[in-house]
Amino acid sequence: MGNYTKRSKQALAQRVAQDIFDGAYVNLGIGQPTLVANYLPEGLEVVLHSENGILGMGPAPAAGDEDYDLINAGKQPVTLLPGGAYFHHADSFAMMRGGHIDISVLGAFQVSATGDLANWSTGEAGAIPAVGGAMDLAVGAKQTWVMMDLLTKQGESKVVTACNYPLTGIACVTRIYSDLATLECTPQGLKLIDKVEGLTHTELEGLLGLSVQACDS
Amino acid sequence: MINKIANSIAQALHGVKDGDTVLIGGFGTAGIPNELIDGLIDQGARDLTVVNNNAGNGDTGLAALLKTGRVRKIICSFPRQVDSYVFDDLYRAGKIELELVPQGNLAERLRAAGAGVGAFFTPTGFGTQLALNPDGSAKETRLINGKSYVLEFPIYGDVALIKAETGDRWGNLIFRKAARNFGPVMATAAKFTVATVHEIEELGSLDPEHIVTPGIFVSKIVQVARIATQAGGFKKSA
Repeated sequence: MGNYTKRSKQALAQRVAQDIFDGAYVNLGIGQPTLVANYLPEGLEVVLHSENGILGMGPAPAAGDEDYDLINAGKQPVTLLPGGAYFHHADSFAMMRGGHIDISVLGAFQVSATGDLANWSTGEAGAIPAVGGAMDLAVGAKQTWVMMDLLTKQGESKVVTACNYPLTGIACVTRIYSDLATLECTPQGLKLIDKVEGLTHTELEGLLGLSVQACDS
Repeated sequence: MINKIANSIAQALHGVKDGDTVLIGGFGTAGIPNELIDGLIDQGARDLTVVNNNAGNGDTGLAALLKTGRVRKIICSFPRQVDSYVFDDLYRAGKIELELVPQGNLAERLRAAGAGVGAFFTPTGFGTQLALNPDGSAKETRLINGKSYVLEFPIYGDVALIKAETGDRWGNLIFRKAARNFGPVMATAAKFTVATVHEIEELGSLDPEHIVTPGIFVSKIVQVARIATQAGGFKKSA
Protein backbone atom coordinates (compact mmCIF):
# COMPACT_ATOMS: atom_id res chain seq x y z
CA MET A 1 0.00 0.00 0.00
CA GLY A 2 1.07 3.52 -0.70
CA ASN A 3 2.18 6.05 1.83
CA TYR A 4 -0.81 8.37 1.97
CA THR A 5 -3.64 9.42 4.28
CA LYS A 6 -7.26 9.78 3.20
CA ARG A 7 -9.02 13.09 3.63
CA SER A 8 -11.34 13.04 6.63
CA LYS A 9 -15.02 13.92 6.10
CA GLN A 10 -14.23 17.38 7.48
CA ALA A 11 -11.18 17.83 5.25
CA LEU A 12 -13.25 16.76 2.26
CA ALA A 13 -15.99 19.26 3.12
CA GLN A 14 -13.31 21.92 3.45
CA ARG A 15 -11.84 20.93 0.07
CA VAL A 16 -15.26 21.35 -1.62
CA ALA A 17 -15.89 24.66 0.16
CA GLN A 18 -12.57 25.98 -1.11
CA ASP A 19 -13.89 25.84 -4.71
CA ILE A 20 -17.14 27.70 -4.00
CA PHE A 21 -16.90 31.27 -5.22
CA ASP A 22 -18.18 34.58 -3.88
CA GLY A 23 -21.78 35.22 -4.90
CA ALA A 24 -22.52 31.58 -5.77
CA TYR A 25 -26.01 30.11 -5.42
CA VAL A 26 -25.43 26.62 -4.07
CA ASN A 27 -27.59 23.62 -3.23
CA LEU A 28 -26.01 21.21 -0.75
CA GLY A 29 -27.59 17.76 -0.90
CA ILE A 30 -28.78 15.81 2.10
CA GLY A 31 -26.08 14.00 4.09
CA GLN A 32 -22.37 14.61 3.66
CA PRO A 33 -22.74 17.68 1.37
CA THR A 34 -24.48 19.65 4.14
CA LEU A 35 -21.12 19.64 6.01
CA VAL A 36 -19.73 21.97 3.33
CA ALA A 37 -21.74 24.85 4.82
CA ASN A 38 -19.52 24.72 7.91
CA TYR A 39 -16.37 25.42 5.88
CA LEU A 40 -17.35 28.21 3.50
CA PRO A 41 -14.45 30.68 3.55
CA GLU A 42 -15.01 33.79 5.68
CA GLY A 43 -15.88 36.92 3.82
CA LEU A 44 -17.64 35.19 0.92
CA GLU A 45 -21.33 35.69 0.37
CA VAL A 46 -22.71 32.33 -0.72
CA VAL A 47 -26.48 31.88 -0.98
CA LEU A 48 -27.68 28.42 -0.01
CA HIS A 49 -30.77 27.05 -1.75
CA SER A 50 -33.03 24.49 -0.14
CA GLU A 51 -35.36 22.86 -2.66
CA ASN A 52 -38.37 22.97 -0.36
CA GLY A 53 -38.45 26.73 -0.92
CA ILE A 54 -35.63 28.71 0.68
CA LEU A 55 -32.80 30.90 -0.61
CA GLY A 56 -30.42 32.32 1.95
CA MET A 57 -30.68 29.36 4.27
CA GLY A 58 -28.75 29.77 7.50
CA PRO A 59 -27.47 27.29 10.10
CA ALA A 60 -29.53 25.29 12.56
CA PRO A 61 -31.21 27.40 15.24
CA ALA A 62 -30.23 27.25 18.91
CA ALA A 63 -32.04 24.57 20.88
CA GLY A 64 -35.49 25.86 21.77
CA ASP A 65 -35.64 28.26 18.81
CA GLU A 66 -36.72 25.66 16.25
CA ASP A 67 -39.55 26.71 13.95
CA TYR A 68 -41.06 23.72 12.21
CA ASP A 69 -42.32 25.90 9.36
CA LEU A 70 -38.64 26.62 8.62
CA ILE A 71 -36.93 23.37 7.72
CA ASN A 72 -34.44 22.22 5.10
CA ALA A 73 -34.81 19.50 2.46
CA GLY A 74 -33.63 16.99 5.07
CA LYS A 75 -36.57 18.17 7.22
CA GLN A 76 -34.32 19.59 9.93
CA PRO A 77 -34.94 23.05 11.44
CA VAL A 78 -32.83 25.81 9.91
CA THR A 79 -32.75 29.61 9.96
CA LEU A 80 -33.03 32.32 7.32
CA LEU A 81 -30.22 34.81 6.76
CA PRO A 82 -30.90 38.51 6.13
CA GLY A 83 -31.79 38.82 2.44
CA GLY A 84 -33.24 35.32 2.34
CA ALA A 85 -36.52 34.49 0.62
CA TYR A 86 -39.28 31.88 0.55
CA PHE A 87 -41.00 30.58 -2.59
CA HIS A 88 -43.14 27.67 -3.73
CA HIS A 89 -41.97 24.33 -5.12
CA ALA A 90 -42.44 25.09 -8.82
CA ASP A 91 -40.31 28.25 -8.48
CA SER A 92 -37.76 26.36 -6.43
CA PHE A 93 -37.29 23.68 -9.07
CA ALA A 94 -37.32 26.31 -11.81
CA MET A 95 -34.24 27.75 -10.07
CA MET A 96 -32.67 24.32 -10.32
CA ARG A 97 -33.87 23.04 -13.71
CA GLY A 98 -33.58 26.49 -15.28
CA GLY A 99 -29.85 26.61 -14.58
CA HIS A 100 -30.00 29.46 -12.07
CA ILE A 101 -28.24 27.50 -9.33
CA ASP A 102 -24.47 27.65 -9.82
CA ILE A 103 -23.45 24.53 -7.95
CA SER A 104 -25.28 21.45 -6.77
CA VAL A 105 -23.32 19.18 -4.41
CA LEU A 106 -24.56 15.61 -4.12
CA GLY A 107 -23.62 12.28 -2.62
CA ALA A 108 -23.34 9.23 -4.88
CA PHE A 109 -23.31 5.44 -5.00
CA GLN A 110 -21.49 5.49 -8.33
CA VAL A 111 -20.29 7.99 -10.92
CA SER A 112 -19.09 7.09 -14.39
CA ALA A 113 -15.91 8.58 -15.85
CA THR A 114 -18.08 10.62 -18.21
CA GLY A 115 -20.27 11.96 -15.40
CA ASP A 116 -23.28 9.63 -15.27
CA LEU A 117 -24.64 9.63 -11.72
CA ALA A 118 -26.28 6.88 -9.67
CA ASN A 119 -27.38 8.09 -6.25
CA TRP A 120 -31.08 7.39 -5.73
CA SER A 121 -31.54 3.65 -5.71
CA THR A 122 -29.40 0.57 -5.14
CA GLY A 123 -31.85 -1.33 -7.32
CA GLU A 124 -32.23 -3.88 -4.54
CA ALA A 125 -35.23 -6.15 -5.09
CA GLY A 126 -38.18 -5.37 -2.82
CA ALA A 127 -36.81 -2.01 -1.75
CA ILE A 128 -39.32 0.84 -1.77
CA PRO A 129 -38.17 3.35 -4.38
CA ALA A 130 -37.81 7.01 -3.41
CA VAL A 131 -36.21 9.73 -5.52
CA GLY A 132 -37.11 13.11 -4.05
CA GLY A 133 -35.26 15.93 -5.79
CA ALA A 134 -32.18 13.86 -6.73
CA MET A 135 -32.83 13.78 -10.48
CA ASP A 136 -33.69 17.48 -10.63
CA LEU A 137 -30.59 18.41 -8.61
CA ALA A 138 -28.38 16.25 -10.83
CA VAL A 139 -29.31 17.78 -14.17
CA GLY A 140 -30.34 21.33 -13.40
CA ALA A 141 -27.43 23.23 -11.89
CA LYS A 142 -24.68 24.90 -13.91
CA GLN A 143 -22.23 22.53 -12.21
CA THR A 144 -22.97 19.28 -10.40
CA TRP A 145 -20.33 18.13 -7.96
CA VAL A 146 -20.27 14.80 -6.23
CA MET A 147 -18.78 14.31 -2.80
CA MET A 148 -18.02 10.74 -1.76
CA ASP A 149 -15.46 8.15 -0.73
CA LEU A 150 -13.64 6.93 -3.80
CA LEU A 151 -13.97 3.28 -2.80
CA THR A 152 -16.75 1.20 -1.28
CA LYS A 153 -16.20 -0.48 2.09
CA GLN A 154 -15.23 -3.57 0.09
CA GLY A 155 -12.56 -1.55 -1.71
CA GLU A 156 -14.31 -1.38 -5.07
CA SER A 157 -14.11 1.84 -7.03
CA LYS A 158 -17.26 3.98 -6.98
CA VAL A 159 -16.01 5.65 -10.13
CA VAL A 160 -16.80 3.26 -12.96
CA THR A 161 -16.91 2.96 -16.74
CA ALA A 162 -20.69 2.53 -16.62
CA CYS A 163 -22.91 2.62 -13.54
CA ASN A 164 -24.68 -0.62 -12.69
CA TYR A 165 -26.93 1.03 -10.12
CA PRO A 166 -30.04 2.77 -11.53
CA LEU A 167 -29.11 6.13 -13.04
CA THR A 168 -30.06 9.51 -11.62
CA GLY A 169 -28.81 11.45 -14.64
CA ILE A 170 -26.59 11.11 -17.69
CA ALA A 171 -23.30 13.02 -18.12
CA CYS A 172 -24.35 15.47 -15.41
CA VAL A 173 -21.46 15.30 -12.91
CA THR A 174 -18.64 17.71 -13.65
CA ARG A 175 -16.44 17.02 -10.61
CA ILE A 176 -15.89 14.30 -8.05
CA TYR A 177 -14.52 15.38 -4.68
CA SER A 178 -13.35 12.32 -2.82
CA ASP A 179 -11.27 11.24 0.15
CA LEU A 180 -8.34 10.44 -2.15
CA ALA A 181 -8.54 12.76 -5.13
CA THR A 182 -10.50 15.45 -6.89
CA LEU A 183 -11.42 14.47 -10.43
CA GLU A 184 -13.10 16.12 -13.37
CA CYS A 185 -15.57 14.09 -15.45
CA THR A 186 -15.34 14.89 -19.15
CA PRO A 187 -16.73 13.30 -22.33
CA GLN A 188 -13.21 11.85 -22.77
CA GLY A 189 -13.10 10.44 -19.24
CA LEU A 190 -11.44 11.39 -15.97
CA LYS A 191 -8.99 14.20 -15.49
CA LEU A 192 -7.04 14.79 -12.29
CA ILE A 193 -7.51 18.04 -10.36
CA ASP A 194 -5.63 17.05 -7.20
CA LYS A 195 -4.87 14.05 -5.01
CA VAL A 196 -3.80 13.46 -1.43
CA GLU A 197 -0.12 13.70 -0.67
CA GLY A 198 1.81 10.50 -1.19
CA LEU A 199 -0.73 8.88 -3.53
CA THR A 200 0.91 8.29 -6.90
CA HIS A 201 -0.90 8.68 -10.18
CA THR A 202 -0.38 5.00 -10.91
CA GLU A 203 -1.77 4.01 -7.51
CA LEU A 204 -4.84 6.17 -8.11
CA GLU A 205 -5.47 4.61 -11.51
CA GLY A 206 -4.99 1.19 -9.94
CA LEU A 207 -7.60 1.88 -7.25
CA LEU A 208 -10.05 3.21 -9.83
CA GLY A 209 -9.32 0.63 -12.50
CA LEU A 210 -9.58 3.54 -14.92
CA SER A 211 -7.11 5.79 -16.64
CA VAL A 212 -6.91 9.36 -15.43
CA GLN A 213 -5.55 12.20 -17.51
CA ALA A 214 -2.92 14.21 -15.59
CA CYS A 215 -3.52 17.80 -14.44
CA ASP A 216 -2.99 20.54 -17.00
CA SER A 217 -0.52 22.30 -14.75
CA MET B 1 -71.20 38.58 -2.54
CA ILE B 2 -68.28 36.24 -2.39
CA ASN B 3 -67.74 34.41 0.83
CA LYS B 4 -65.39 31.43 0.66
CA ILE B 5 -65.18 31.01 4.42
CA ALA B 6 -66.53 27.60 5.40
CA ASN B 7 -67.88 27.21 8.89
CA SER B 8 -66.47 23.75 9.30
CA ILE B 9 -64.11 21.31 7.68
CA ALA B 10 -67.01 18.95 7.06
CA GLN B 11 -68.79 21.70 5.14
CA ALA B 12 -65.67 22.51 3.13
CA LEU B 13 -65.07 18.86 2.17
CA HIS B 14 -68.71 18.02 1.48
CA GLY B 15 -68.19 17.66 -2.28
CA VAL B 16 -65.27 15.22 -2.31
CA LYS B 17 -66.34 12.16 -4.32
CA ASP B 18 -65.24 8.54 -4.61
CA GLY B 19 -62.52 8.22 -7.24
CA ASP B 20 -61.27 11.80 -6.84
CA THR B 21 -57.64 12.84 -7.20
CA VAL B 22 -56.73 14.73 -4.04
CA LEU B 23 -53.66 16.96 -3.98
CA ILE B 24 -52.32 17.33 -0.44
CA GLY B 25 -49.76 20.03 0.36
CA GLY B 26 -46.88 19.87 2.80
CA PHE B 27 -43.23 18.97 2.97
CA GLY B 28 -41.74 17.56 6.14
CA THR B 29 -43.30 19.24 9.15
CA ALA B 30 -44.24 22.33 7.16
CA GLY B 31 -47.51 23.04 5.42
CA ILE B 32 -49.33 19.77 6.05
CA PRO B 33 -53.09 20.41 6.20
CA ASN B 34 -53.62 17.89 9.00
CA GLU B 35 -57.11 19.04 9.91
CA LEU B 36 -58.24 18.61 6.30
CA ILE B 37 -56.71 15.13 6.06
CA ASP B 38 -58.55 14.15 9.24
CA GLY B 39 -61.67 15.71 7.75
CA LEU B 40 -61.26 13.64 4.59
CA ILE B 41 -61.05 10.48 6.70
CA ASP B 42 -64.32 11.46 8.42
CA GLN B 43 -65.87 12.39 5.08
CA GLY B 44 -65.38 8.85 3.84
CA ALA B 45 -64.63 9.23 0.09
CA ARG B 46 -62.94 6.11 -1.28
CA ASP B 47 -60.92 4.92 -4.25
CA LEU B 48 -58.85 8.08 -4.05
CA THR B 49 -55.64 9.00 -5.83
CA VAL B 50 -53.50 11.09 -3.50
CA VAL B 51 -50.70 13.42 -4.61
CA ASN B 52 -48.21 14.47 -1.93
CA ASN B 53 -44.43 14.74 -1.75
CA ASN B 54 -44.31 11.80 0.66
CA ALA B 55 -46.52 8.88 1.63
CA GLY B 56 -47.25 9.55 5.27
CA ASN B 57 -45.39 9.21 8.54
CA GLY B 58 -46.23 7.45 11.76
CA ASP B 59 -49.92 6.71 12.32
CA THR B 60 -51.45 10.15 11.88
CA GLY B 61 -52.34 12.46 8.99
CA LEU B 62 -51.75 10.96 5.55
CA ALA B 63 -50.66 7.64 7.08
CA ALA B 64 -54.01 7.41 8.86
CA LEU B 65 -55.81 8.12 5.57
CA LEU B 66 -53.83 5.36 3.83
CA LYS B 67 -54.65 3.00 6.68
CA THR B 68 -58.39 3.35 5.96
CA GLY B 69 -57.75 1.56 2.66
CA ARG B 70 -59.49 4.33 0.74
CA VAL B 71 -56.44 5.37 -1.26
CA ARG B 72 -56.01 3.37 -4.45
CA LYS B 73 -52.94 5.15 -5.72
CA ILE B 74 -50.33 7.60 -4.50
CA ILE B 75 -48.27 9.90 -6.69
CA CYS B 76 -45.22 11.15 -4.79
CA SER B 77 -41.46 11.67 -4.93
CA PHE B 78 -40.27 10.20 -1.65
CA PRO B 79 -42.47 7.56 -0.03
CA ARG B 80 -39.72 5.84 1.95
CA GLN B 81 -39.11 7.37 5.39
CA VAL B 82 -37.95 6.01 8.71
CA ASP B 83 -41.57 5.90 9.90
CA SER B 84 -43.54 5.32 6.69
CA TYR B 85 -44.52 1.83 7.82
CA VAL B 86 -48.22 2.25 6.96
CA PHE B 87 -47.39 2.94 3.32
CA ASP B 88 -44.59 0.36 3.28
CA ASP B 89 -46.93 -2.42 4.41
CA LEU B 90 -49.68 -1.48 1.94
CA TYR B 91 -47.16 -1.26 -0.92
CA ARG B 92 -45.53 -4.59 -0.14
CA ALA B 93 -48.96 -6.19 0.15
CA GLY B 94 -49.87 -4.82 -3.29
CA LYS B 95 -52.72 -2.82 -1.79
CA ILE B 96 -51.63 0.57 -3.08
CA GLU B 97 -50.32 1.69 -6.43
CA LEU B 98 -47.28 3.99 -6.47
CA GLU B 99 -46.31 6.45 -9.19
CA LEU B 100 -42.86 7.73 -8.29
CA VAL B 101 -42.13 11.18 -9.74
CA PRO B 102 -38.99 13.30 -9.35
CA GLN B 103 -39.85 16.18 -7.02
CA GLY B 104 -39.34 18.95 -9.56
CA ASN B 105 -41.36 17.08 -12.17
CA LEU B 106 -44.10 16.64 -9.58
CA ALA B 107 -44.20 20.40 -8.96
CA GLU B 108 -44.06 21.21 -12.67
CA ARG B 109 -46.74 18.65 -13.63
CA LEU B 110 -49.00 20.34 -11.08
CA ARG B 111 -48.03 23.77 -12.39
CA ALA B 112 -48.80 22.63 -15.95
CA ALA B 113 -52.24 21.44 -14.85
CA GLY B 114 -52.97 24.79 -13.24
CA ALA B 115 -51.59 26.79 -16.16
CA GLY B 116 -53.43 24.93 -18.91
CA VAL B 117 -50.26 23.49 -20.40
CA GLY B 118 -50.97 20.23 -22.24
CA ALA B 119 -47.59 18.60 -21.57
CA PHE B 120 -43.98 19.73 -21.35
CA PHE B 121 -40.46 18.50 -22.05
CA THR B 122 -38.21 18.28 -18.99
CA PRO B 123 -34.56 17.20 -18.73
CA THR B 124 -35.18 15.65 -15.30
CA GLY B 125 -35.23 11.87 -15.39
CA PHE B 126 -34.00 11.49 -18.97
CA GLY B 127 -32.24 8.16 -19.42
CA THR B 128 -33.45 6.83 -16.05
CA GLN B 129 -36.05 4.31 -14.89
CA LEU B 130 -38.39 7.22 -14.19
CA ALA B 131 -38.56 8.02 -17.90
CA LEU B 132 -40.66 4.86 -18.24
CA ASN B 133 -44.42 4.59 -18.10
CA PRO B 134 -45.99 2.34 -15.44
CA ASP B 135 -46.34 -0.40 -18.12
CA GLY B 136 -42.58 -0.27 -18.74
CA SER B 137 -42.80 1.47 -22.12
CA ALA B 138 -40.56 4.49 -22.65
CA LYS B 139 -42.00 7.97 -22.28
CA GLU B 140 -41.69 10.15 -25.36
CA THR B 141 -38.35 11.96 -25.56
CA ARG B 142 -36.96 14.68 -27.76
CA LEU B 143 -33.59 16.23 -28.48
CA ILE B 144 -33.99 20.03 -28.39
CA ASN B 145 -30.99 22.24 -29.09
CA GLY B 146 -28.64 19.39 -28.27
CA LYS B 147 -30.23 18.53 -24.94
CA SER B 148 -32.43 15.51 -24.20
CA TYR B 149 -35.88 15.88 -22.66
CA VAL B 150 -38.74 13.65 -21.50
CA LEU B 151 -42.38 14.48 -22.21
CA GLU B 152 -44.37 14.78 -19.00
CA PHE B 153 -48.10 15.34 -18.62
CA PRO B 154 -50.01 17.46 -16.10
CA ILE B 155 -51.40 16.12 -12.84
CA TYR B 156 -54.94 17.45 -12.48
CA GLY B 157 -56.55 17.46 -9.08
CA ASP B 158 -60.25 17.21 -8.35
CA VAL B 159 -59.54 18.61 -4.92
CA ALA B 160 -56.52 20.31 -3.32
CA LEU B 161 -56.07 20.40 0.44
CA ILE B 162 -53.50 22.96 1.52
CA LYS B 163 -52.39 24.89 4.59
CA ALA B 164 -51.87 28.64 4.54
CA GLU B 165 -51.37 31.18 7.28
CA THR B 166 -53.80 34.02 6.63
CA GLY B 167 -56.76 34.45 4.30
CA ASP B 168 -59.81 36.59 3.60
CA ARG B 169 -63.36 35.88 2.42
CA TRP B 170 -62.30 36.12 -1.23
CA GLY B 171 -59.86 33.27 -0.62
CA ASN B 172 -56.69 35.31 -0.96
CA LEU B 173 -53.86 33.53 0.86
CA ILE B 174 -50.58 34.33 2.56
CA PHE B 175 -48.28 31.53 3.64
CA ARG B 176 -45.67 31.18 6.37
CA LYS B 177 -41.98 30.44 5.72
CA ALA B 178 -41.19 27.06 4.13
CA ALA B 179 -44.75 25.91 4.80
CA ARG B 180 -45.60 27.48 1.44
CA ASN B 181 -43.98 24.57 -0.49
CA PHE B 182 -46.62 22.85 -2.69
CA GLY B 183 -49.57 24.99 -1.54
CA PRO B 184 -49.67 27.70 -4.22
CA VAL B 185 -49.00 25.21 -7.04
CA MET B 186 -51.59 22.69 -5.90
CA ALA B 187 -54.16 25.47 -5.44
CA THR B 188 -53.94 26.19 -9.17
CA ALA B 189 -54.05 22.53 -10.24
CA ALA B 190 -57.35 21.44 -8.67
CA LYS B 191 -60.98 22.11 -9.57
CA PHE B 192 -61.75 22.67 -5.90
CA THR B 193 -59.17 23.98 -3.42
CA VAL B 194 -59.64 24.06 0.33
CA ALA B 195 -57.11 25.90 2.48
CA THR B 196 -56.83 26.03 6.23
CA VAL B 197 -55.69 29.34 7.69
CA HIS B 198 -54.86 30.43 11.20
CA GLU B 199 -56.11 33.99 10.73
CA ILE B 200 -58.94 35.46 8.69
CA GLU B 201 -58.60 39.16 7.90
CA GLU B 202 -61.24 41.63 6.76
CA LEU B 203 -61.41 42.00 2.99
CA GLY B 204 -58.92 44.70 2.02
CA SER B 205 -56.69 44.17 5.03
CA LEU B 206 -54.20 41.85 3.35
CA ASP B 207 -51.50 43.81 1.57
CA PRO B 208 -52.14 43.08 -2.14
CA GLU B 209 -48.36 43.10 -2.67
CA HIS B 210 -48.05 40.21 -0.20
CA ILE B 211 -50.83 37.93 -1.39
CA VAL B 212 -49.17 34.78 -2.74
CA THR B 213 -52.24 32.88 -3.91
CA PRO B 214 -55.05 35.08 -5.22
CA GLY B 215 -58.55 33.94 -4.32
CA ILE B 216 -59.36 32.87 -7.90
CA PHE B 217 -57.45 29.64 -7.15
CA VAL B 218 -59.22 28.99 -3.86
CA SER B 219 -62.72 27.57 -3.28
CA LYS B 220 -63.01 27.41 0.51
CA ILE B 221 -61.00 28.51 3.51
CA VAL B 222 -61.43 27.19 7.02
CA GLN B 223 -59.94 28.69 10.13
CA VAL B 224 -58.11 26.25 12.39
CA ALA B 225 -56.30 26.75 15.67
CA ARG B 226 -52.55 27.19 15.54
CA ILE B 227 -50.86 24.05 16.73
CA ALA B 228 -47.26 22.93 16.93
CA THR B 229 -46.25 22.42 13.32
CA GLN B 230 -44.45 19.18 13.99
CA ALA B 231 -47.87 17.53 14.23
CA GLY B 232 -48.08 15.17 11.32
CA GLY B 233 -45.84 12.47 12.59
CA PHE B 234 -42.41 13.82 11.78
CA LYS B 235 -39.90 13.30 14.52
CA LYS B 236 -37.78 16.27 15.41
CA SER B 237 -34.67 14.79 13.88
CA ALA B 238 -36.29 12.74 11.10
